Amino acid sequence: MSQAATARGIAKEAPQKRRFRKYLPLTIMVLPGVLYFLLNNYLPMFGLVIAFKDIDFSQGILASDWAGLQNFEYLFKTSDAYIITRNTLLYNGAWIILTAVSGIMLAVLLNEVRQRFFARFYQSIILLPHLISIIIVAYLSYAMLSLDTGFINTTILPALGIDKIMFYFEAKYWPFILTVVHMWKGLGYSVIIYYAAIIGIDEEYYEAARLDGAAKYQQILYITIPLITPVIIMLTLLAIGRIFYSDFGLFYQIPMNSGAIYETTNVIDTYVYRGLLGLGDIGMSAAAGFYQSIVGFILVLTANMIIRKFSRDNAMF
Amino acid sequence: MTYENRIWQWLAHMVYLLLTIACVAPFILLLVSSFTDETEIMRNGYSFFPKVFSTAAYEYLLSGSSSIFRAYGITLFVTIVGTTAGLLIAALLAYPLSRADYPARKALAFFVFFTILFNGGLVPTYLVYTQLFDLKNTLAGLIVPGLLTNGFYVLLLQTFFRTSVPLAVIESASIDGAGEFRIFWSIVLRLSTPVLATVGLLQTLSYWNDWMNGTIYLTDVKLYGIQNLLNRILSDAQFIANSNFGSEIINIAAAPLETVKMAIAVIGIIPILVAYPFFQKYFVKGISIGAVKG
Repeated sequence: MSQAATARGIAKEAPQKRRFRKYLPLTIMVLPGVLYFLLNNYLPMFGLVIAFKDIDFSQGILASDWAGLQNFEYLFKTSDAYIITRNTLLYNGAWIILTAVSGIMLAVLLNEVRQRFFARFYQSIILLPHLISIIIVAYLSYAMLSLDTGFINTTILPALGIDKIMFYFEAKYWPFILTVVHMWKGLGYSVIIYYAAIIGIDEEYYEAARLDGAAKYQQILYITIPLITPVIIMLTLLAIGRIFYSDFGLFYQIPMNSGAIYETTNVIDTYVYRGLLGLGDIGMSAAAGFYQSIVGFILVLTANMIIRKFSRDNAMF
Repeated sequence: MTYENRIWQWLAHMVYLLLTIACVAPFILLLVSSFTDETEIMRNGYSFFPKVFSTAAYEYLLSGSSSIFRAYGITLFVTIVGTTAGLLIAALLAYPLSRADYPARKALAFFVFFTILFNGGLVPTYLVYTQLFDLKNTLAGLIVPGLLTNGFYVLLLQTFFRTSVPLAVIESASIDGAGEFRIFWSIVLRLSTPVLATVGLLQTLSYWNDWMNGTIYLTDVKLYGIQNLLNRILSDAQFIANSNFGSEIINIAAAPLETVKMAIAVIGIIPILVAYPFFQKYFVKGISIGAVKG
């Protein structure tokens, strides 16, 4: 009887072993990537606990004392927590609306350009700012904004009879400047995405509308816009899911890290960075990072849940 | 063409003409400024129509340009190694994921996907790379964090492999005795050049434009790539004079710092602008697929 049991055991084990051997090459292929994600992505996720530690590099991170919620208490007692949250949300919120509206309008117009050469030419040109690094963009904005040599201060303002403006020291101009730079750099990207959605619309809809005597603006309003609405909603919700994250380079490089204008240029990402590598408190920086990760995660899940309700196909999961 | 259509055409062209100017003008200002005489800039600022031209900035940079070439060399090395390795790792992970018969597929897909949803953020990542692995002031610090930032490209490749490499081809190759690696290398990758080119291009651009890793992991300026060099020079014009950018013969005080700033930025973007017409098609495509889910 025991013999039979062993025999059954072998019979049961053998296919599994064969299966293992069959898929061994695939498993080997997977290894480097899995290892990479473990180190680059999963390990830091557990590292989030440092937000609850009193970090002391001489003791090492893991050996540092637990600090409970102290880092968070300190963080939320400062006005920084309010300023960085407000800036992050307001900038992203305004830009989501601006990019969607202008992106759609420009994509609709691009679709009216019938000459293929020009359509492609315009696409390439509006993507040009998206192609270059934010460092170069910082140079370009410096050439515009610099006090003594910038184009605005030396050419435009004198022509209008206005005094020079110390842009890098006056916070009130930055909501406008950052918006312009952000739109300049990122608008082409959303135009291309909406344009791709528009050229996917079946020409028959428009033919039918024309036969019924619909004017161009009516075709746009009643055919184009409704048919790309799923794309609009999906992109907007995805952006809302990421509203707690901002483009670090934009907020760090374009104001050239000028301390005088933090009031309107500091966002969560720049705050975390300065706490870690600049003049700041690493504990509070870790707490802010934790705050961003958790709220950001909840927002992504919520956005996805809404997308799922609206259209299952467009949901991420 | 109807009257109405013609009006819309004109409107579109007018708007895009303005946009074209808005997109290109700053680059022209940069280029013109770099060829302007320094004293003229001091007096009149950067201008589209300077009165006195000069190539002093370029002469200054080229007279002691070893650091620029060095930075270019580092950026080139990092970009090539990083893109190749990243693409290979991503494709190796994506192929088993694309195989419906691979037993661990579901769990693995979640493992990859979760990295897109959630991340630990800057502080823990920094501590992992500096405390656990000693990546500070190494070239690896410029390469490793960007190999696969998250699972997005893996899922993109996976979708392409699944939909565009016919299972029948894989099966028949397997019957003919080809091993999995052979199938991956000579069938899957061969049939996937469009998507590999697109992902590879996006990777190349992100390495080429990367300054973040250099800012975080480098304190040694000798390892600076071109973006970090540019970054440093913008915030600290004296950096050009202090390091070996200008030749020693030229007096530091006489260095045309304002024009040099513009000249070095021009040198920094030329490669990408020159290459752009050639990869423009893939770039537009990469952006369009970036929007749809992987």
